[in-house]
Amino acid sequence: MADVFDSYALADAWDEMFEGPGVPRGPYRALFAALQPLGAEELRFRAEQLARVFTDRGVTFDYAGDERPFPLDLIPRIIDAAEWDLIGRAVRQRVRTLEAFLADVYGPRQVFHDGVVPWSLLHSSPHFHRVAHGIEVRTRIHIAGIDIVRDEHGNFRVLEDNVRTPSGVSYVLENRLAMMRTLPALFAEQRVRPVDEYPARLLNALRRAAPAHVADPTVVVLTPGVHNAAYFEHALLARLMGVGLVEGRDLVCENNRVYMITTHGKRPVHVIYRRVDDEYLDPLHFHADSTLGCPGLLNAARSRNVTIANAVGNGVADDKLLYTYVPELMKYYLGEEPLIGNVESYRLEDRDTLDWALGNLSGLVLKPVDGAGGKGIVIGPQASEETLDALATAVRDDPRGWIAQRPVALSTSPSLIGELPRPRHVDLRPFAVNDGDDVWLLPGGLTRVALPEGELVVNSSQGGGSKDTWVLTDDRGAAARPMEYGPPPAHWEPSRSAAWDGADQ
Amino acid sequence: MRRELLSRIAETLYWIGRYVERADDIARLLDVSVHRTIGGEEDWRSILAILGHEQMAPTTDSLLRRLAFDAGDPSSIAGCVRAARENARGVREIISTEMWECLNVTWNQLPQQRAGAGRLGPHGYLRYVSERASLFFGLADATMSRDDGWRFIVLGRCLERVDMTARLLAVHRESDWRLLLQACGADESFTRTHKGDSSRVLEFLLLDRLFPRSITYALETAEECLADLTPDQRRAGISDPARASIGRVRMGLEYTDLAELRGQLPLLLIALQEACVAASEAITDRFFQTAAPAGWVRGGQSWVGV
Repeated sequence: MADVFDSYALADAWDEMFEGPGVPRGPYRALFAALQPLGAEELRFRAEQLARVFTDRGVTFDYAGDERPFPLDLIPRIIDAAEWDLIGRAVRQRVRTLEAFLADVYGPRQVFHDGVVPWSLLHSSPHFHRVAHGIEVRTRIHIAGIDIVRDEHGNFRVLEDNVRTPSGVSYVLENRLAMMRTLPALFAEQRVRPVDEYPARLLNALRRAAPAHVADPTVVVLTPGVHNAAYFEHALLARLMGVGLVEGRDLVCENNRVYMITTHGKRPVHVIYRRVDDEYLDPLHFHADSTLGCPGLLNAARSRNVTIANAVGNGVADDKLLYTYVPELMKYYLGEEPLIGNVESYRLEDRDTLDWALGNLSGLVLKPVDGAGGKGIVIGPQASEETLDALATAVRDDPRGWIAQRPVALSTSPSLIGELPRPRHVDLRPFAVNDGDDVWLLPGGLTRVALPEGELVVNSSQGGGSKDTWVLTDDRGAAARPMEYGPPPAHWEPSRSAAWDGADQ
Repeated sequence: MRRELLSRIAETLYWIGRYVERADDIARLLDVSVHRTIGGEEDWRSILAILGHEQMAPTTDSLLRRLAFDAGDPSSIAGCVRAARENARGVREIISTEMWECLNVTWNQLPQQRAGAGRLGPHGYLRYVSERASLFFGLADATMSRDDGWRFIVLGRCLERVDMTARLLAVHRESDWRLLLQACGADESFTRTHKGDSSRVLEFLLLDRLFPRSITYALETAEECLADLTPDQRRAGISDPARASIGRVRMGLEYTDLAELRGQLPLLLIALQEACVAASEAITDRFFQTAAPAGWVRGGQSWVGV
């Protein structure tokens, strides 16, 4: 039988699984050995099983009004303990930096007075909200998703920061579940770190974020509703945390306190894990016609009667122009060098850089500073003449609205296309939960994969899929011994002779 | 102990109960009717009347399309399954994963079941829906805490059952009693209890205290749910209008002279229908109040640009 990896041709990028044709990297050896004997037929059968688990469980995202399953690739992505350690430390460092920056932005603004970041960045940031100034909170980034890629040389780079409402963690949980159901044998060979701790960690962080006077806080998840692309995730997190999933219309604010409307009247709410964007959260301060939020939320937060997680106004920290300043901020706030660096990026507000970039558009990647979900990104080397012309006009009109980056050929990972594995580009979004004292990283994260050949944008809205992401443990043989039980009780009837024997004695 | 429920969620659960029960009831009804058309004894007009469609004399095909397969029609089986599934999608954090998967898989499988019905006749499809409805309620029974969420599902199911059974009784004919029993799933239980004495069919479906699909049984269960939802603190009377209207009609039913049951039937059924409507309205008023959508008018120019 032909080996499924025989026809796997490495692409012009770092491959996650193979160091050379037919030679798997260390962490992948066991997986390679397990997959190799499976025929193409078998692989396709398993892939169909996997897809069915998702359809049955309703693991979908809404795209253009349709519920679609988020394609899960059969071949997992593996990260060994040493690399994960690096990623963990780098993400913590990054979250602490951005947290310090946000506390500064909505407080003394020392970083601008000291000239590390120009004032113009703040005033031109669409997600800087004056109304959030002076709201006292312990933590602003409760949940972060830091996108990390691997470049041509195998080095990790941070691609972007998400500290508003990063999504995708539900797929991490569901992917693992589906993989364990479909390919249980793969897990037998490896020590894969479990991901199911996340909901408890998140709930703990949210409870600790509650206003100081509340002993037993009520936490809710605020969703825009069933038609939101990530509704599945909102419902899953609420269910796994055992808290209420509310919509804006379930909430009401009175006297700067927030209540939810129940069958037995109004009940106070103390922590809102909101998955509604700032602009729709509170019609008193933002879009007056929004029905997704609840009027008065921000005033309640200011009065310290409710905690909104993540905090309002965090968007100023994941503005892509600010991204270019993060290494400087790290030095400024923590006195540290970045453990994982940025992708080389260029600010276009400088006249000379702008001219240079405009002359080299076909060799650069241009990103709108507040685009989410891969929207508006132009990959110069892959773009058509017309696209580049339109881009040049757009960039010239609004240099603040764009940054330029060196094109990085994201690492590839074998993904099942049809019946055979082919190299496809991947990234990684680890999820960090910040309880105010410590930043905890979910061991795994979401590996997104761009399914069309050569495609570099991995977002689900751009036809992406995902992979189960395995972080291996480094402690060997320390398996906990299962508790020992006696045999289960059984119904027992004394035989006639036993009864007679007993009577004799 | 008591855990409050969001009004929106209570309402959704109540409707899930109603839709699943309705899908089940229509499927049972169609199943026995289809069976009878084989013997040439079925007139589809009575089926349409039961479900409130009074129109043309239909063919079996068009009728099945309308009542079983058309997901766009909220009063068809597919429409009910769809509505139940959509509702369940909105309360996934409240109902158990098993219940959600049951409805989701049912909905996903309907096209296949329908294709099968095209080849083998509708029985497979109808039976599938009935079985899935039973699976759903069985899973609810096995996996939900007996809290208010559970009570709203049961309440919805009971009221729907009363309503559908009353409709069935309203259009039945003397000679139809076996269809009636089969459509209520009561055929075998009745035969065992009353040895096939057709004069006791009405009594069985209206008043039997042990059979779970009898009207009295469903009314009693609904009353229990309502009593648990709002424990009455008063020394006298019933303050909950929903419970009061259900209780009154149940008492009227139970104290009807068995010998006069047939003669009284039209009046009893009207009273039942009215009680269902009144109870449903009272439940909506009492439990499903959502906030009026807030309209914000910013007074004066001083607000602009803040």
